[in-house]
Amino acid sequence: MTEKITMNNIVKRYDKEVTVLDDIDLTINEGEFFVMVGPSGSGKSTLLRMIAGLEDITDGVMKIDDNVINHLPPKKRNLSMVFQSYALYPHMTVRDNILFGLKARKVNKEEQQKRLHETAEMIGLSDYLDRKPRQLSGGQRQRVALARAIVSQAPICLMDEPLSNLDAKLRANMRIEIRRLQRQFGLTMVYVTHDQVEAMTMGDRIMVLDSGKIQQVGRPIDLYNEPANLFVASFIGSPKMNIGTVQKDIGSKKFIIEGELAVDVPDRVIESLKDIPNITVGIRAEHITPPEEGKEIHTLEVMNVENLGNETSIAFDVGKEIWTAKWPGQWDIKVGEALPVNISHEDFAYFDSDTTQLIRSSRSALKEGDEIDAVQQK
Amino acid sequence: MQSSRSELQDVFMKQKRKTRRKNFIKGIMFLLPSIILFSLFLFYPMIKTLYLSFFLTDMAGTPTVFVGLDNYIQLYTSDIFRKSFISTFLFVLYIVPTSIIIALFLAVLANEKLKGVGLFRTMYSSTMGISVAAGSIFWMYLFNPSMGLLNEALGVIGIDSIGWLTDPDWALIAISLTTIWMNIGFTFLILLGGLQSIDQSLYENANIEGAGYFRKLFQITVPMLSPTLFFVLVVTIINAFQTFGQIDILTKGGPQYETNLIVYSIYREAFVNRQFGPASAQAVVLFVIILIMTVVQFKFAERKVHYQ
Amino acid sequence: MSIPLPQKIILYVLLIVTSLMVFLPTALAFIMSFMTNQDILAGNLPQSFTLDNYKYVFENFPMLQYLINSFVVSIVIMIGQLLLSSLAAYAFVFLEFKGRDIIFYIFIATMMIPFEASVIPNFQTIRDLGWLDTYQGLTFPFFAMAFGTFLLRQNFKMIPKELREASLIEGIGDFKFYLTVVLPVAKTSLITLGVYGFLTSWNMYLWPLLATTNDKVRTVQIGLKQMSSQEQLNQWGVLMAGSVIVVIPTLLLLFFGQKHLQKGLTDGAVK
Repeated sequence: MTEKITMNNIVKRYDKEVTVLDDIDLTINEGEFFVMVGPSGSGKSTLLRMIAGLEDITDGVMKIDDNVINHLPPKKRNLSMVFQSYALYPHMTVRDNILFGLKARKVNKEEQQKRLHETAEMIGLSDYLDRKPRQLSGGQRQRVALARAIVSQAPICLMDEPLSNLDAKLRANMRIEIRRLQRQFGLTMVYVTHDQVEAMTMGDRIMVLDSGKIQQVGRPIDLYNEPANLFVASFIGSPKMNIGTVQKDIGSKKFIIEGELAVDVPDRVIESLKDIPNITVGIRAEHITPPEEGKEIHTLEVMNVENLGNETSIAFDVGKEIWTAKWPGQWDIKVGEALPVNISHEDFAYFDSDTTQLIRSSRSALKEGDEIDAVQQK
Repeated sequence: MQSSRSELQDVFMKQKRKTRRKNFIKGIMFLLPSIILFSLFLFYPMIKTLYLSFFLTDMAGTPTVFVGLDNYIQLYTSDIFRKSFISTFLFVLYIVPTSIIIALFLAVLANEKLKGVGLFRTMYSSTMGISVAAGSIFWMYLFNPSMGLLNEALGVIGIDSIGWLTDPDWALIAISLTTIWMNIGFTFLILLGGLQSIDQSLYENANIEGAGYFRKLFQITVPMLSPTLFFVLVVTIINAFQTFGQIDILTKGGPQYETNLIVYSIYREAFVNRQFGPASAQAVVLFVIILIMTVVQFKFAERKVHYQ
Repeated sequence: MSIPLPQKIILYVLLIVTSLMVFLPTALAFIMSFMTNQDILAGNLPQSFTLDNYKYVFENFPMLQYLINSFVVSIVIMIGQLLLSSLAAYAFVFLEFKGRDIIFYIFIATMMIPFEASVIPNFQTIRDLGWLDTYQGLTFPFFAMAFGTFLLRQNFKMIPKELREASLIEGIGDFKFYLTVVLPVAKTSLITLGVYGFLTSWNMYLWPLLATTNDKVRTVQIGLKQMSSQEQLNQWGVLMAGSVIVVIPTLLLLFFGQKHLQKGLTDGAVK
């Protein structure tokens, strides 16, 4: 059994003055892994807590399936939640922590035991049932919190930065595990994080939130290839998209980026951008490639080199911006060196500097055979 | 569509109000036991005391004659009450600074990291576990004119015996000594707690800078301890105004009303002389004194005290 | 940093001298309670050890009844205070409702009203209720306690809000959360407050003096006063034995609960 969540014009205001969330319109599909990502203070946790019923909804309508839930108390929303701090009852054993909610919901004893053991088995907690939370490691506590959500068999599961207190290695494991559990139970998952890697690797769809407004909703790969605005461009992807302001040089059919880098641009592109006075371009690190004969070659000054073994990350000075490139394999590059690289206008995404919106996406956003043309979406 | 939207808003408003009312009722339910008992045994008596202070009463305390401010005027002109008033303030003056200084000294001593310091802490704090009645009896023996330890000790160094509890010059001092001793335990315990919560890195830093013992004491310990000292000051003053048991057992207000401190005076007026009206007037005075003391202290000390 | 030896010696001397001075009255009482009256009156050092004084106390005074009364009164007050303070503190920390903050300030303000100043109407209330010489008359007026509420509120505030939120989602009501989560988690501060409440109730003097007229529910403190005023002043051993009996329960409680008490009271005082 799965359920979808619908929000219409959801607003959250404190003291009638501070607006935390503004006009949120969103549908979270049944059975999907939906990630809400954004910097701290963007309102993502508040929105999650509004779904849970822990925060009042100032305005707008929130539904689960077709039922309006604006004023339903949390317990009647039939959902489970995993907190950043795990919120384990410190004086109860793992067993009692897992069973606490079932007892409150008066699930019969046999069923309780059955679910407890199944869940503990699946999550790998069977040996720890009689321990208290303080006798567990961080990862084990995290598992108890997960078990508590699973055992409730609620069709919707909310998670608020559940992995942020774990170390990097454990985090990577838990990402896979949470994903597996979500698929196995067909849960509708709403997952809040500030970590775009988590968002990219886990989400069926991602919503990027900033300053209480939705920036973009879509599949991870679409957000990566076709960021709707400069905020999403710089927030999604690691390293972030390289950004530069453009001066048009119509005569020589070149765009001069950051007053330094002159890139050839074909007529049709110039034509399509002719109404936009101020343009910013963005290019992903993997599109600044090692020089190849027959391609457009530019020379950039190397500012820093990080050799990671399987790839080499190079930072360049481009005007007042710092651009990064990622080259596969190991390269012997010196800091201060003037390095020739390939940069092609086809890899540029164009943004309107004034509205920050995407005007024209790069070729990677387009399917094979598509004619490059203005693609603008909100 | 538009109308259904506004209908929905109406429903939401109603539900919001309902939730708010429910929350209010729930909150009050949790507070109700306390509110009822506070009303019955604190607020109502305060008002009743004020009311009674304008009346004369019969032996059972039922108001009979309205006398307006007469009870207060009587107090103002009564030599006995004036004496009680002065004794009370003298008593507060004797015991509050002394108690705190002694307890602070002991707390600083007992805060040193030494072997076996726990035993000393226990001994210092022991007076907190000794009731007014028992403590008074201990001191009754110490003050005993013929065989008490204090006079014996004075005898050894060649000083004449003192009639601690019977000599008008000494009785208030004797009561003060007893009270200071009784105060030590609680005051010590609180101050030690305050000392232990001071961040040790402050001292380590001072050590690196080569600060001496007394510099550390006056530049770190005392300022960092000031919130605790402030709390102890308020509590000790308020307790001093409420002193009763030791007087009831040791001096019964005498000799010559020297130790007739205000609570004892209220007690005697009300429950021995059955003068509930005038006694209530005294109680109102006590209440006002304590109120002023607390307010003044908070206003005064708020600015000077260093809070972490 | 370790303390240099000369300083250490000075510190120990100071510790020993001052602690003996503080402890002297108590120690003397203990010693005298085991001495014969002749020895005491003659000002001798103890020549023999005797339990006669204790025997005398129990045979000639209803000491056992006093002790039972004091235990009942102190335990009832302690439980009453814990219950009322923790309920009120729960409301102040976990519930949100209109007027909460105003009520909290009123609670705090009650700390400024001295019980001694309202003792006359309280006596009349208890008398008119027919509660003189009853346990309820001795205990009820002390159940509501601003200091206790304040102390527990400080403590409950340290319980993460997420625990309440998690339990809300699991469908646990406020009273159940209070009972099954808040009280067990705040166990230590409840013990502190309990010890403090027991101690102060056991040592209470003025109210039991007013609210009791006979030995039926009279507490041990008032019993002691009776002894001291009835006995000939040369019966010091008996008087001291009575005092020792009175202070033993509280001294034991203090010795075992000292750490708790100190931490709890400091928290309540400063934070």
